[in-house]
Amino acid sequence: MALFDNNEVFERIRHDIAENDVVLYMKGSAAFPQCGYSAAVVQVLENMGVNFKDIDVIADPGLRQGIKDFTNWPTIPQLYVKGEFIGGCDIVRDLYASGELQDLLRKHRLIAD
Amino acid sequence: MDTHSIEALIKRSIPDADVRIEDVRGDGLCLAATVVCPNFAGKPLLEQHRMVHAALGQHIGETIHALQIKTRVA
Repeated sequence: MALFDNNEVFERIRHDIAENDVVLYMKGSAAFPQCGYSAAVVQVLENMGVNFKDIDVIADPGLRQGIKDFTNWPTIPQLYVKGEFIGGCDIVRDLYASGELQDLLRKHRLIAD
Repeated sequence: MDTHSIEALIKRSIPDADVRIEDVRGDGLCLAATVVCPNFAGKPLLEQHRMVHAALGQHIGETIHALQIKTRVA
């Protein structure tokens, strides 16, 4: 029996990624990241000037495990754009370095051309 | 978990991969894996990383605190 009611957590996740164009599940908050990898993704998003919703998983153990199950990705942070999982810290940094992340955000009109 | 066991785990699941593991801080906790494999060709970055995660199974986030992954086709 799952310790946490995954349905409730999955519903919340589905709602958050539908209601917000860019969602970052992270440790800590954008203002006070509690982990280097989370801080690195916040930095990338801020460099691009894109608005995003930061969700702290430390404060919510059910969400911390639930998001890993939902995404089928074992680590935090996790970045979602328009309801689609983009990746963790490594992938976000690689996509940012190659410019693919910027292209994706422009395609969705989330950053200026 | 030591770097050789991680390398072996990845190679068992992705046989023709060239794998290099670095112990970033020398503490055995924060590791960086570079996995180069022709089979990655045409696969999105996310799928390449998922293949490495699948190879490491439950270890990620548990015995391996943090694993930086870099994948390349060649």
